Amino acid sequence: MSGDWETVIGLEIHAQLKTRSKIFSGASTTFGAEPNTNACLVDLGYPGMLPVLNREAVHLAVRFGLAIGAEVADRSVFARKNYFYPDLPKGYQISQYELPIVKQGTLTIVLDDGSEKVIGVTRAHLEEDAGKSLHENFDDSTGVDLNRAGVPLLEIVSEPDMRSAQEAVAYMKAIHSLVRYIDICDGNMQEGSLRCDANVSVRRRGAKEFGTRAELKNLNSFRFVEKAIEFEVERQIDVIESGGTVVQETRLYDPDRHETRSMRAKEEANDYRYFPDPDLLPVVVGTDLIEAVRKELPELPTARRERFMEEHGLSAYDAGVLTAEREMADYYEAVVQSLGGEPKLAANWVMGELAAALNRDSLAIGDSKIDAGSLAGLLRRIGDDTISGKIAKDVFEAMWAGEGDADTVIEKRGLKQITDTGAIAAIVDEVIEKNPAQLADYRGGKDKLFGYFVGQVMKATQGKANPAEVNRLLKQKLVGD
Amino acid sequence: MSGGDIKTLAAALASGETTSVALTEQALAAIGVHGGALNAFITVDGERALAEARAADERIARGEAGPLTGIPMAHKDLFCTEGVKTTAASRMLDDFVPPYDATVVARLRAAGAVMVGKTNLDEFAMGSSNETSYYGPVKNPWDASCVPGGSSGGSAAAVAARLVPYATGTDTGGSIRQPAALSGITGLKPTYGRVSRYGIVAFASSLDQAGMLCASAEDAAHVLGAIAGFDEHDSTAVDEPVPDYAALLGEDIRGRRVGIPREFLSEGVMPGVRSAFSAAADELGALGCTVEETSLPSLALSVPTYYVVAPAEASSNLARYDGVRFGHRAENPADLADLYERSRGEGFGAEVKRRILIGTFVLSHGYYDAYYLRAQQVRQLIADDFRKAFETYDFLIGPTTPTAAFAIGEKTADPVQMYLNDIFTIGVNMAGLPACSVPMGFDGMLPVGLQIIGRAFDEAGILRLAHHYQQATDWHTRVPEGFAS
Repeated sequence: MSGDWETVIGLEIHAQLKTRSKIFSGASTTFGAEPNTNACLVDLGYPGMLPVLNREAVHLAVRFGLAIGAEVADRSVFARKNYFYPDLPKGYQISQYELPIVKQGTLTIVLDDGSEKVIGVTRAHLEEDAGKSLHENFDDSTGVDLNRAGVPLLEIVSEPDMRSAQEAVAYMKAIHSLVRYIDICDGNMQEGSLRCDANVSVRRRGAKEFGTRAELKNLNSFRFVEKAIEFEVERQIDVIESGGTVVQETRLYDPDRHETRSMRAKEEANDYRYFPDPDLLPVVVGTDLIEAVRKELPELPTARRERFMEEHGLSAYDAGVLTAEREMADYYEAVVQSLGGEPKLAANWVMGELAAALNRDSLAIGDSKIDAGSLAGLLRRIGDDTISGKIAKDVFEAMWAGEGDADTVIEKRGLKQITDTGAIAAIVDEVIEKNPAQLADYRGGKDKLFGYFVGQVMKATQGKANPAEVNRLLKQKLVGD
Repeated sequence: MSGGDIKTLAAALASGETTSVALTEQALAAIGVHGGALNAFITVDGERALAEARAADERIARGEAGPLTGIPMAHKDLFCTEGVKTTAASRMLDDFVPPYDATVVARLRAAGAVMVGKTNLDEFAMGSSNETSYYGPVKNPWDASCVPGGSSGGSAAAVAARLVPYATGTDTGGSIRQPAALSGITGLKPTYGRVSRYGIVAFASSLDQAGMLCASAEDAAHVLGAIAGFDEHDSTAVDEPVPDYAALLGEDIRGRRVGIPREFLSEGVMPGVRSAFSAAADELGALGCTVEETSLPSLALSVPTYYVVAPAEASSNLARYDGVRFGHRAENPADLADLYERSRGEGFGAEVKRRILIGTFVLSHGYYDAYYLRAQQVRQLIADDFRKAFETYDFLIGPTTPTAAFAIGEKTADPVQMYLNDIFTIGVNMAGLPACSVPMGFDGMLPVGLQIIGRAFDEAGILRLAHHYQQATDWHTRVPEGFAS
């Protein structure tokens, strides 16, 4: 059935900005504190308390705007979004409404097939987070934790440019990568530092008008984004194909039951009564600030990916993987720099052994037990034939376990490759002598037995023999000239 | 209280003729005698006041006193005071004790002021007669059957009766100037942004401004010097130097151009007010000012505009009183909606509810453009009128109110009649300008006030003109019968 349908998706991503204090108060933004210990009187909405804008939050928003090639508004305005809820202490949320700080940018995403697509970013605006209702441990009451209240958020609103759940995930990953790249958000989705709502609709392929959309909430992982959208698309198509109409509503994704369900009945729809907040002056961003922020902007993922492809000769895939995280790309570049070349060897090891070890021990690259210089030291020993690539993996594990740098491990464990032709020749002779039956079969045409002899030589040398030399000598001696 | 102005009291304290403790005891005694009948105070904290007085006396003895050190005063109960109940005259905050001082309170405390208590006001400062207070109406010391004006009615009555030499007030649409006029005292509303709003229970944020009610322009200059200036806690506080207002009072005013907008002398102005004003204008002419008629054509729009903008902001500012974290909370709520509805239903009085309803309506989807947006445009027109007038004139003057004090209960049934009492004061708030009201005579037995409006941040000029007027007249020295002067 789905062949006739086109999916249209726009995402609203809330990124928590990396500021020490809240957007309108001096309270800490540290995650995980005891309830209500990071909430000051401003956050609690006490009478007479007034908001004062955190300058750093503005800088971070500007940095994002520049990173997506957007227009940074010289004047943006905070408004009040009025509604009653226990986790909203003032009875209104301060958010930018008609005049956001960032307008009209773009972000390029790379799809699984390697193709690129440009997604429009309609706007990004500053706002304060609400608190959290606690429904457990209060008998028949509800607790309120206001630690999050007033935490600075950048709400990044995309155009409805995505046409599949996979594109939506790719876009969210690109935002996730970018915000960490430019260091405005820690990207920690478990802690809610990056959250996503998806506006999803379907329409007959070729139709000009968009269908009625549903807003999906609570998509706090890439997998949930994909699953929830896929479910919702199926649901909407079912509704329409069975003669119904899609209702514009907010729906909550339930990952346990893998379904979305309606959150608010329509009659409870809020009229937020937005109006400019008279407690705050318009945010004025001058060209001086924009230029200062531009200077501190790092090389962005897209540019870096292209540079890795051009300068290092990496494939689009490898360059994409290495640039997805700024720390990963920095690490890789440090290895290449230390090695003085060999970008492909460095890429293979960073994406292979290193990534696997980090993953196994659940470590971030910043906490890697082998630093870039040490990894380069190991790769240098492969390059100068001190050890084989296979032995290098053992050395890597020893280094990871804290046995010292590559040279120490090679020395201590006696792993130095045997390159002495005479020594290897003696072992080759010995192996051939011990395996007369195999020798006869090989000479009788069983070419596959060559591998067997290589294995025996390597076994006898504990893998230390230079593989190229072993091959050369075996070929020569097995023939029996 | 003997010679109840700040300069005389400060001199008596400095010479050792009296002490802060003695002055404070006198103030507490006067409040004990008259406070109950006037209903001027919501809270009196004698113990705390005397402790502050003792500290002030020590400071005076050390030779570290400023002009306000050791002098008793009172705060409108809209200013948060650390450890002292702050009610906004609402049942909603009947038991609210803030853990912080408003910036104005903190600055006066730092100046050595002795706070004897918190004065009555209209609930959340919403009213022009002090009749909307949860704690009952305040009586006018000139005639106990009349209102003192509002919303700073308790502060006005306390100063008019000389219970304290000065008290703080707030002015959103006239709430300092109108009660000053109706109670026969001096009141100054500074430029929006001149004084921090931090710690003042908010009514309408774009209009609220703190000031003072006192016996003379000279006293106002001393108090303004202590409370004015930038505050990092208030984004709308302006970082503008604070002049020595008291030192500038004596400078020449001859040749100053004074305009009388004819809209200030419209039909509703009572003959007694009109004649008192006419004499005041002549007096300014005699002092060497050129006085002539001018016009503020959009001024008539200020009342309807105000009653869109102020309620809109109030409806949002008062949303925080939800029974969850502080303030009145309904007993045994059935659910969240019940908690909100009953806490707010029980906690707010009728006038506050009326304004919340108006404000909610004008901000609602489909009405926003027609009301709130249009009101903001008209507000700009009003501000433009003032801007143009100040290209020609240094000051604009008129009667502060069209009538003298009215009887308690006279206008409570008709909110529009009540709102019209602020017709001459509201435009100043819409334009964010500074203005004061000084006594200019009587209509019968009741005092009437002269409003002097100046350019933004020209409080020094306004106070200077008022001071020269008060040097030439004695209206500001009149005290109602039965109250010590």
